[in-house]
Amino acid sequence: MSIKKTIGSTMKLNRRTFLKASAVASSTAALAACGSKSALDEFLQKNFRFMSKQEIGEVIQRLETQYAQQYGKEISVSAKEALPETFFGYALDISRCIGCRKCVYACVEENNQTQAPQMHWIQVLEMEKEKGIDFMDANLYYQHEEVPHEGHFYLPVQCQQCKNPPCVKSCPVNATWTTKDGIVVVDYNWCIGCRCCMAACPYGARHYNWGQVELDPETINPDTHYLGNRPRYKGAVEKCTFCIQRVREGRYPACVEVCPVGARKFGNLLDPDSEIRYILENKRVLILKEELNTQPKFYYFYGT
Amino acid sequence: MKFIRFLKECFKVIVRGSHRYYIWLAFLFGVIVWGSTGYIQQIKQGLLVTNMRDPISWAYYIGNFTFLVGVAAAAVMLVIPAYIYNWKPLKEVVIFGELLAISAVIMCILFVIVDVGNPLRLWHMIPGIGTLNLPSSLLAWDSLILSLYFVLNLVVVSYLLFNHFYQRETKKRLLNTLILLSIPVAIGIHTVTAFLYNGFAARPFWNSALLAPKFLASAFCSGPAVLIILFQILRKTTTFEIKEEAIWKIAELMAYAMFINLFFFAAEVFKEVYSDTEHLVHLEYLFKGVGENRDMVMWGWTSLIISVIAFLLFLIPATRKNVITLNIGAILIWFGVYIEKGIALLIPGFTPDVLGQIYIYRPSLIELKISAGIFAIGFLIFTLMTKIAIAIIFENFNITSLKKKPA
Ligand code: SF4
Ligand code: SF4
Repeated sequence: MSIKKTIGSTMKLNRRTFLKASAVASSTAALAACGSKSALDEFLQKNFRFMSKQEIGEVIQRLETQYAQQYGKEISVSAKEALPETFFGYALDISRCIGCRKCVYACVEENNQTQAPQMHWIQVLEMEKEKGIDFMDANLYYQHEEVPHEGHFYLPVQCQQCKNPPCVKSCPVNATWTTKDGIVVVDYNWCIGCRCCMAACPYGARHYNWGQVELDPETINPDTHYLGNRPRYKGAVEKCTFCIQRVREGRYPACVEVCPVGARKFGNLLDPDSEIRYILENKRVLILKEELNTQPKFYYFYGT
Repeated sequence: MKFIRFLKECFKVIVRGSHRYYIWLAFLFGVIVWGSTGYIQQIKQGLLVTNMRDPISWAYYIGNFTFLVGVAAAAVMLVIPAYIYNWKPLKEVVIFGELLAISAVIMCILFVIVDVGNPLRLWHMIPGIGTLNLPSSLLAWDSLILSLYFVLNLVVVSYLLFNHFYQRETKKRLLNTLILLSIPVAIGIHTVTAFLYNGFAARPFWNSALLAPKFLASAFCSGPAVLIILFQILRKTTTFEIKEEAIWKIAELMAYAMFINLFFFAAEVFKEVYSDTEHLVHLEYLFKGVGENRDMVMWGWTSLIISVIAFLLFLIPATRKNVITLNIGAILIWFGVYIEKGIALLIPGFTPDVLGQIYIYRPSLIELKISAGIFAIGFLIFTLMTKIAIAIIFENFNITSLKKKPA
């Protein structure tokens, strides 16, 4: 009787208690180092995609408290869902871009990218006009007093928000996926940091926190999204999210706003009156490395 | 109960040994401690202490992992002729191949663990508890098949030794099924590891259908090369016995494998050089350098040249049967494949990177430290297991002999 009872109650253990039990058993050392309950909760946190509304709420609260302690200021973390009837697309006018890298730094500020070593989600490549788009001859580290440099044009590359993303396919733990509104995102708390996705991405769009994340509390952007620009962790991967924290509020991505020559266009591909749809219909667009069948939603075009 | 007794007796075997044995163990422990200090630093500061960066996001650790997956093949290499054709001279040494496989798989797993940025989150990969991304992620498959291979070998070895110890007959049916099963799984670990690279369309250097066959061919060289050397060391230092004939046979099989490996390589070089597309640049980086960056060239040629020399040494019966040239050949093959898998596969695959930029990678001291530590753990495990196996198989260490002399 008593044996039966024990077996019965063991089987009734639900997933969470099981996790707790096994975690406590298997990683005593690690937890001794962390000590507090919030560290245990963080360790046991589920994959964002499979969390209930309530669980998301708890996680956000914990994160906000943590960030407040860490950076000494209030940082809001939103988990706002995709807006209905939206599927985002981006277009970049190669004939306008002057290679000033304003977008690179606006992105760093908006998205709280780590400072050591400095991370850039946007990489502006300088290419020779005579050669056309040729990555093997591209220069990422150009330094000129004035841009554009004679005989050259510029090709900014960031996450191409592929419709058929090889990065998502390669992730062993489903830590990265495409949202309903078409943004490829990463759950920074679920990523194990194996870097399969970095090997898989044909555009060098995924970046890794090699060291401790360093942010200046003064300049930190306090309006964040869970899947976007909230402060990240050492050992996790991150990438451009079309500024998910902005676009889900109906605003433009920071790079679109800052571009001094208006080379960057953004909008809802499902809205027939959007600027992005106008460009697709009236300009001739191209995508990078089309032979890889990644099907980017980031288009390049020649506006003039 | 019996198994616990078995383990207890084994433990006694492990702690008793000659001076040389203790010195060897002390050395290994020293290296392990040294490596651990490196790992502690890496845990604190992150992978920043390595020289990997975004353009080369996998390097020395994963290179070692790849090489060791190949070494783990040694078992299957010996299992096939020994069990299927009942080829006597090899049969008694197969078990040592399997011990090597177990140690190699443990090292593989450790290399993945130290490469991962958040090792504490590895539970996310446990099927049913985490969210293992099957069927699409190759790393997910690799983790499963490596675990399976590990368990299989462990079961076979313990079963064999356990029965030997109690002087009982093994259940031939069961054992043969397990051993037969381990053959496709061994091929599987190589193939899946090759597919892990192979599947990245973004990296043309790896995106070749020949990658998996090449992995198999080179594994069939490097694994046995390690074994040939180990067998001779064991023969000198312990009561371990192996017939010359068996070693020559292994060497002959290696010659064929090396030929296939070199042939595949030639086929790839032809394809790249003749078609002369932009993908050629990775091969150029390995053998010629790109622009002023000639960092890899030394490794590319060294690996190729020593592989060819080793092939010739093993092909010619006279040099194959000569102790000195045989050992030179084994060491050369070992180095050749180590460079090929550990350095020449990964780094040129990432250089130039997907945006055409070149980042020069050399492993940092901490990477070398941690890797040395992992190798020491592997050697330690192999040493201890081999000690038990030798005692049981060659030194008449069993339940009857224990009963005879009162403890
Ligand atoms: S550009 Fe790279 S990171 Fe972005 S969706 Fe495509 S593969 Fe993934
Ligand atoms: S680094 Fe993170 S997001 Fe990328 S494949 Fe590994 S677990 Fe997934």
